[in-house]
Amino acid sequence: MKKFIYLDNAATTNVAPEVFDKMLPWFVENYGNPSSIYSVGRDAKKAIENSRRQVAGAINCKPNEIYFTGSGTEADNWAVKGCALANSEKGRHIITTNIEHHAVMDTAHYLEKNGFDVTYVPVEENGIVKAEKVLAAVRDNTVLVSVMMANNEIGTIQPIKAIAEGLKGKKVLFHTDAVQAIGAIPVDVQELGVDLLTLSAHKFHGPKGTGVLFIKRGTKIDNLLHGGGQERTRRASTENTAGIVGLGTAIEKAVNEMPVGIKRIKSIRDEAVQRIMEEIPHVRYNGDAKNRLPGNANFAFRFIEGEGLLLMLDLNGIAASSGSACTSGSLDPSHVLLAIGLPHEIAHGSLRLSFGSESKIEDIDYVVDTLKKVVSRLREMSPLYEDYIKSKPSEV
Amino acid sequence: MYSDKVMDHFSNPRNVGEVEGANAIGEVGNAKCGDIMKIFMKIEDDVIKDIKFKTFGCGAAIATSSMATELVKGKHIDEALDLTNKAVADALGGLPAVKMHCSVLAEEAIKEAICNYLREKGVDIEAYHKCDNCCRG
Repeated sequence: MKKFIYLDNAATTNVAPEVFDKMLPWFVENYGNPSSIYSVGRDAKKAIENSRRQVAGAINCKPNEIYFTGSGTEADNWAVKGCALANSEKGRHIITTNIEHHAVMDTAHYLEKNGFDVTYVPVEENGIVKAEKVLAAVRDNTVLVSVMMANNEIGTIQPIKAIAEGLKGKKVLFHTDAVQAIGAIPVDVQELGVDLLTLSAHKFHGPKGTGVLFIKRGTKIDNLLHGGGQERTRRASTENTAGIVGLGTAIEKAVNEMPVGIKRIKSIRDEAVQRIMEEIPHVRYNGDAKNRLPGNANFAFRFIEGEGLLLMLDLNGIAASSGSACTSGSLDPSHVLLAIGLPHEIAHGSLRLSFGSESKIEDIDYVVDTLKKVVSRLREMSPLYEDYIKSKPSEV
Repeated sequence: MYSDKVMDHFSNPRNVGEVEGANAIGEVGNAKCGDIMKIFMKIEDDVIKDIKFKTFGCGAAIATSSMATELVKGKHIDEALDLTNKAVADALGGLPAVKMHCSVLAEEAIKEAICNYLREKGVDIEAYHKCDNCCRG
């Protein structure tokens, strides 16, 4: 069999077989519309409510604070636009960071075009925002703060609890995108003290196309989707029963398995990082080394470009991702890598390896050996490396 | 997203390296944009006897470097100056639209090298009949 090592768990994960099994009956047999009053409809409704309890249990809130969406992106859009619009009489200022996922960042840009004022608080060089800097940006007209719980590219964990504590009594809503965090680190909305929180099923072995927005009771937020009365009139759309069932099953499994799972994943990640940093020259490890998701590793290999690296890894059966411009279709490399101070030419050579529950320690030898070969091959081709070798600077 | 031919030239690039005693060198692009192409040629009697490249860039940049060097190897410099980015892309079985700029880089690097060679030879670049669209750098 052709070798295949999947190290892109931050991009997506496979649906766990037991999750898939739970989803199956809701396509062909139990296809009823959950809003219908007859039994196949009621059965679907029950399944959805069961899933809602599973999610509520996983993040420690009440089931009626859980709203199912069509994706993490939708939940982020809803949180940011919905809170901004619903509270615009109070003010039109929003605070976020300069390393948010595009689902939040581009939504903030959109609001800026429509008369809102947005402060993008810069993170420190370790990829973590200082809570006091976020709090210092709060003004009288601030209505919303949105800070991701953990970054999708460099895995850095943000001080959500400290920000929430600082916002207490300020009448500013606080949203966090926890898409990367759930299943990887504990996510407890009471403990965190947030008003809104985004989740996405496919990051924790659930299906694509299903997400969650947690909305704390009493939060003033407008609807994003208008239409039918689903989700207690908050989110119109016929419910994706199978997807929601899959999400509920997956989140329960993810949270149950987390305490043991993260230790294993972290040890695999640490082994890979240690070997790569020791065995490959001219490499930089991006993001705080300790305060990051257990499965995330992000490197910048000098003198080479990320897309070529990914293609060569793929030819060798390894799936990973890069923050290079070429992989995003734009001319600029990742905003996250630029935000932590990497120069463009180094950011172009970035590689993210994200480990998951199916990663194996036995694969690390092959991954590191392949990476060594591929990096040195691309460097041999690189005029930047040639210039470097010829100039032989005393420091790297 | 890449054709088989692009992947072939990316994974087994032709003419990688430096030409010993090169008398025509051209370098275009910049690291900030993530693309640098450097061409080394040995030109004798205005014929490209040998050509090699070094490229920092994506898969398409490496594949177009490889293909472009293949297309002009052994050719008279006037023929090489006629090389278009479209010809390079076509020879590779097409490139995704967002990657077309990579093929421009290959064309420019070859022209740059030839122009440097002509300058070295004392040719008046402005007057050189083939240099209408290049050599202005």
